[in-house]
Amino acid sequence: MNETPALYDYWPYQNRPKIRWPNDAKLAFWVAPNIEFYELNPPLNPHRKAWPQPSPALPGYTIRDYGNRVGHARQMNLLEKYGIRGSISLSTALCDHHPEIIELCKERNWEFFSHGIYNTRYTYGLSEDQEREMILDSIATIERHTGIKPAGYLAPALSHSEVTLDLFAEAGGSYTCDLFHDDQPTPVRTRSGAKFISVPYSLEMNDTIAYAVNKVEPRRYGQMIKDNFDRLYEEGDTSGTVMCIPTHNYQVSCPHRMKAYEEALEYITGHSDVWVTTGREIADYFIDHYYDAVTADIVAKQEI
Amino acid sequence: MPLDPEYLQYPHRRYGMDHDRYDWSMLSDRNPVSWPNNNRLALWVNVCLQFFPLDQKGKPFPVPGGMTMPYPDLRHFTLRDYGNRVGIYRFLKAFDKYNVKPTFALNTRLAENNPYLLHSIMERGDEINCHGLHMDALHYGGQDINEESELIKRSLGRLRDLTGRDIRGWLSPARNESANTPELLAANGIDYFSDWCNDDMPYQFRTDKGLLWAMPLSNELEDRFILMENLHSEEAYVEQICDACDFLLQESETQGGRILALNLHPWMLGQPHRIKKLEQVLEYVTSQEGVWSASAGDILSSFCGQQP
Repeated sequence: MNETPALYDYWPYQNRPKIRWPNDAKLAFWVAPNIEFYELNPPLNPHRKAWPQPSPALPGYTIRDYGNRVGHARQMNLLEKYGIRGSISLSTALCDHHPEIIELCKERNWEFFSHGIYNTRYTYGLSEDQEREMILDSIATIERHTGIKPAGYLAPALSHSEVTLDLFAEAGGSYTCDLFHDDQPTPVRTRSGAKFISVPYSLEMNDTIAYAVNKVEPRRYGQMIKDNFDRLYEEGDTSGTVMCIPTHNYQVSCPHRMKAYEEALEYITGHSDVWVTTGREIADYFIDHYYDAVTADIVAKQEI
Repeated sequence: MPLDPEYLQYPHRRYGMDHDRYDWSMLSDRNPVSWPNNNRLALWVNVCLQFFPLDQKGKPFPVPGGMTMPYPDLRHFTLRDYGNRVGIYRFLKAFDKYNVKPTFALNTRLAENNPYLLHSIMERGDEINCHGLHMDALHYGGQDINEESELIKRSLGRLRDLTGRDIRGWLSPARNESANTPELLAANGIDYFSDWCNDDMPYQFRTDKGLLWAMPLSNELEDRFILMENLHSEEAYVEQICDACDFLLQESETQGGRILALNLHPWMLGQPHRIKKLEQVLEYVTSQEGVWSASAGDILSSFCGQQP
């Protein structure tokens, strides 16, 4: 075990090279619906239990199923209303279980990125070969069902190994959502040396963290999103920022939470200098336009 | 040391669910329904009338809302008993004031121990469902099937004797089940149960003993969940129910009838500082156009009557 992950260097949030998004936008905004499949009876992982109760663990299983049966269509319609294409963090087994959802998202030109096979199969305890097999399976599954190879990764249930990002970069990925250290994209060091970056995917804005972990009231969540946006938009004048709302159809699409979410989306998309985009487009744009300058700036700041 | 190769095998990776209990279907793809008199939102007020034993065994876990202190935990016993003595009568007044037709989910032990309360509920003519024997008689994964079978037989048989009614609906204590619970319920004459909260509308649930209906009793909108588990304010409870009501009414304009299911506990919302919040919710919801207050059984009957 290491004292630090050694995935990135310190890069102070001042005097950075000025980033400008397309059309001179100050803030790149993306929404990442996690479309997940949780199993009723997953095999036991020795490092993490999938469910608190002996099977059938109804509270956890049923609300997540609700997300797919009921919630997906709600959030999809809402995002469409505000001109937002989702960037889906996908439990890739869902391509087999619920192809209807995949089709609906394909029709809307949404992005799919890998979130493992099931959200009840963790990375913990996998050998490097096993983890590679799981990652390659997830990539191939998305490519087979959508025709496009995914560029991004969010480890299933945020379960990682020391080589997770190395393996994903080696499999041809270009960005990760697993790191929460910055409000701008940053280069991530992996062993292949390929250009690989972190795209901000805020755990603080994540609806499951807000609702299920921090027990936030829906209208307060809506206010938190607006406040998060206001500050990042203001700071984006100095150098372009990224705002992400990671969501789950079993949280944000519940009837008592839709209004607060809609108001927040309406607020954000009502601003002019916002680039409403996807994770992949942010990654591509950053790599094409700023990766080298940012890398040089980070190197320079290590020498002070 | 890698994990067992089984960890990367996925025997249920296939179309539909990873079990055979019900079919996969998206709510937005289903045929729209409409409620009687062209109403669009059925209001299902479900009142849990519960008995929490003082000598709680906590098997396999202490029930949420149950005893937490060393025996005798008088504070929690009496706080819960408060609901059955005081809170429930505040509820009944509120229901009558706003013409709300509640459905009662009764622990059989409470019906046995409190004939006056049972009589009060019976006299109203409202629907009564079985909520298991009591709050410490949990149904759980790994439970001996004979033990559970006895528990269900006894809970339903006794409640049927006491009420002289059929008792069609079931809600497990703590909504906890074993893998056998649905079969045992179907075998004991239950038509619908409300433990699986994975939909906003009823759906058919398979058991080896025939079909059950799963009724969508939202856990997220439950008073206990919002106030006791999430520790939200009473004001936020009202806001959430009103926002849900608005949203479901809006959705019903294009997708057909919806259900607003409010699971309530008189020991929670029946407190003097909270009853007004329930009244506010009932006032708001019942004053919306297109709302039909009905029992769970009537909602299900109307729904079933519209299925092909």
